[in-house]
Amino acid sequence: MGAVLEDRLDLAIQQVGSTILGKEHAIRLALSCLLARGHLLIEDLPGMGKTTLAHALARCLGLQYQRIQFTSDLLPADILGAAVYERQRETFIFHPGPIFAQLILADEINRATPKTQSALLEAMEEGQVTIEGETRQLPEPFFVIATQNPAYQIGTFPLPESQLDRFLMRIALGYPDGQAERALLEGEDRREILARLPVCMMPAQLHELQGRLASVHVAAPLLDYVQALLAFSRQSNRFRGGLSPRAGLGLLRAARAWALLHRRGYVLPEDVQAVLPAVVGHRLHPSDDHLEQSPATLVEQLLEAVMVPA
Amino acid sequence: MPWNWKKNRLGRAKTAESPEEPLTRPALAWLLAALVLAAAPHASELPVWLSVLFAAMAGWRGFIALRGKSLPPRWLLLLLALLAGAGVLIDYRTLFGRDVGVALLVAMVACKLLETRVLRDGVVLVFLGYLLVMSNLLYSQEIPMVAYLFAVVLVMLAAQALIHRPHAGLRGVAPLRLAGMMVLQAIPVMLILFILFPRIPGPLWGLPKDAYKGRTGLSDEMMPGTVSELVRSDAVAFRARFGGVMPPPNQRYWRGPVLWRFDGRRWTRHEELPANIPTTFVPEGVAMDYSVILEPSNRRWLFALDLPARLPPRVGMTASFQLLRDQPINEVYRYEMQSYPNYRTGELTVAERFRGLQLPVRGNPRARALAAQWRERMSHPEDRVGAALALFREQAFYYTLTPPLLGADNVDDFLFRTRQGFCEHYASAFVFLMRAAGVPARVVTGYQGGEANDLGGYFIVRQSDAHAWAEVWLAERGGWARVDPTAAVAPGRVRDGLYAAVLNPELLPFLARRGGGGEYEWLRQLALSWDSLNNSWNEWVLAYGPDRQKEFLSGLGFGPVDWAEMTVAMTVTLGGFGLLVIGWRWRQRGTHDPVARAWQRFCARLARRGLARGPHEGPLDFTERVATSRPELASSVREIGQLYAHLRYGPIGASSDLRLLRHLVRRFRV
Repeated sequence: MGAVLEDRLDLAIQQVGSTILGKEHAIRLALSCLLARGHLLIEDLPGMGKTTLAHALARCLGLQYQRIQFTSDLLPADILGAAVYERQRETFIFHPGPIFAQLILADEINRATPKTQSALLEAMEEGQVTIEGETRQLPEPFFVIATQNPAYQIGTFPLPESQLDRFLMRIALGYPDGQAERALLEGEDRREILARLPVCMMPAQLHELQGRLASVHVAAPLLDYVQALLAFSRQSNRFRGGLSPRAGLGLLRAARAWALLHRRGYVLPEDVQAVLPAVVGHRLHPSDDHLEQSPATLVEQLLEAVMVPA
Repeated sequence: MPWNWKKNRLGRAKTAESPEEPLTRPALAWLLAALVLAAAPHASELPVWLSVLFAAMAGWRGFIALRGKSLPPRWLLLLLALLAGAGVLIDYRTLFGRDVGVALLVAMVACKLLETRVLRDGVVLVFLGYLLVMSNLLYSQEIPMVAYLFAVVLVMLAAQALIHRPHAGLRGVAPLRLAGMMVLQAIPVMLILFILFPRIPGPLWGLPKDAYKGRTGLSDEMMPGTVSELVRSDAVAFRARFGGVMPPPNQRYWRGPVLWRFDGRRWTRHEELPANIPTTFVPEGVAMDYSVILEPSNRRWLFALDLPARLPPRVGMTASFQLLRDQPINEVYRYEMQSYPNYRTGELTVAERFRGLQLPVRGNPRARALAAQWRERMSHPEDRVGAALALFREQAFYYTLTPPLLGADNVDDFLFRTRQGFCEHYASAFVFLMRAAGVPARVVTGYQGGEANDLGGYFIVRQSDAHAWAEVWLAERGGWARVDPTAAVAPGRVRDGLYAAVLNPELLPFLARRGGGGEYEWLRQLALSWDSLNNSWNEWVLAYGPDRQKEFLSGLGFGPVDWAEMTVAMTVTLGGFGLLVIGWRWRQRGTHDPVARAWQRFCARLARRGLARGPHEGPLDFTERVATSRPELASSVREIGQLYAHLRYGPIGASSDLRLLRHLVRRFRV
């Protein structure tokens, strides 16, 4: 059964990859994030395929899909749902909001007010929502892909650090390369391809894969390496504040998922390095002396400064 | 298997928590094996009942452990111990001495075995076991015994490891391997102590008299039968190594006790006080330099070629040129010697002339009459010597190992009736005739000849080379002159050795049959090779006393060293060795892990070819980069990378993977 399940993962990567061309690394990261039960933040310009990625993932993994377009007048109830009085029954009936789905695309999350943002983020963290004193479980699996537009910051509410921390990974899709672009232009409509995508696995199988994460072996030398990374981020004067223990846990979980995705029963430093930019990029901030450095450079510096133990 | 620091550190946590923990079954099994092995060589000299008792008690203890039975009650043990003690007392009739001491030790170990329950008892038994091991050296210090005892110590150490670390999970031969490792590590210390520990002259502690019994060798008495009995043994008396030329056969007379006094049957030594300066004589020609490695004889005398001109430390020389040490030789003893084969000893003192002419008042009338006849007819004493030798040569005298018994006038009986004798008969009769003829004469005993061992470049002199000859004082020869009457009867004795000369050589032991091994000569040659090894052992290990130590150290360029300097040197060397070990361990601290070591070796090899691993590069990234830039190495590099990643980051893998990794890295060539 094990091999079969992992075959399905490969199949999913292949299928999603046929929709989002030339973005295999991003697709793998997104899948790892999903396997690690984390949430994904995609920071990119409009039209780069964020929605398509979320949609394709949902289809391939057989997940219920909801898209929430965040606007400045969006209220928490618009996301979570509300109790509405029904006259026939003479009682309040709860109408679940769009958050009651397995995969949610929260589009342009930074356009909503902090109050609405935190409603979503709390739901992401807890896996449940409390509406009018009643706690309701969110479906399982529950995976949020949020997007935000980095370029136009006017009239937005950028996510504070504490909220950013709720996302396991932050990735960017970026422009496709020439070859992929050509194939994209020559190909048929993405919508039609999406509609044709086969379902590669059942939610139960995804759940099983998520459970298998714990059995991916982490050896002492690897923990040494992870600890060295964390320690360096805390001691070096390049960063303003180091990585939190939660970041460390997330890094390890993501690395495990990456290893599982590559059908390995144990985690290698390479796995850590592969997920490191996505996991810590939004958690590291340059110190006042190094303000000009981009997050990518910061991660690169961290990566190169810490030795892989022999 | 290299030293594994980590493993040992883990092991240290697995020591016993309390000395009252019960002995584990494997520990007991190893301990029993070690004790039985340590006691086994004693079986040949112990009374049979004691050997049986020991085996039975060991077997009983093993049975108890195997079946989980309980130990025998205390009163029974007490009874057994008392009975064993009484048995030893009855058997040996004493409680003092080497043999009885060993017997008691064996009986004690046997009884202790049956009350051994916890680790503390195990430790006691281990120490008794080491005592047992050492007691074997009282009987033999030869190579096979020492090698065997080394093996026993290994087993004992294995038992000790299991006693002290019962929870370390040592299984199968693992304790033995650990013991071997410990012994290997101890060897440098052992060598330093052996070479530099200040040696004191004589034994470190006294041993009871019976420790030296049963050693064959030349005695200081001679009567018919003493020498012919001795030559039946092919035991080595001593070995000699010559610095320059070897002496020709007719000069190979190794001088031992000189016998003056004759009582009609027995020749005995005259008590002479040895002086600590060599007795003077006028040497002629060149000296021979050589060293002698004497086997223990429990006698004080040393052997040297005629005539010795040098005194080893603590050795004196009598007026008869006999070398005597202050203590009996009970260890393998090596000394440097110098001899002049040609000499003039000069005038006789009045006392010597008197002693040289001494004869019993009565007896042997025919011999006396013959000598008186010679004295009348010949004015020159030299002619009387010639007449006696002519008698032996021309009459029908035979040289035999089994001469007939002689009557009361044994010289007469031999000269005129039986005419069959061994060296002592000829020497005795000759000296008797000379004294009766007015020529001062004396009997000299010692060894004649010796076999050259070409393998080691030395002479072996065996008990079968024991000999007796005569010395006469002749004014024409300027003093004492050696005369060997046996050579007149059997010239081959001096030229080719006893085997070629004697009537009944089949009585001689195998190793004494020089050149007469027949179809088994190859076996004798093999024995000679073995003897050569033994000789090196004797020279460098057993005879490594104070003199040899000084010689060795000055050979190393230290000049004369006294014991205080030696102690300082020993302490410094040991300390230096300890620092070396600590330094080595400190350097190894980062790379105690064999997986890491193999990987570092691999990386270093690639780095020398300009393919250095970046410090942040993971194993697969690195090997993939190498594989891309050097496609011809791709497959081997990828294999090593995969294997290393698996060993390092995977779940605990098989040790075969580690072996494979090390093998691949060793074979890896850029």
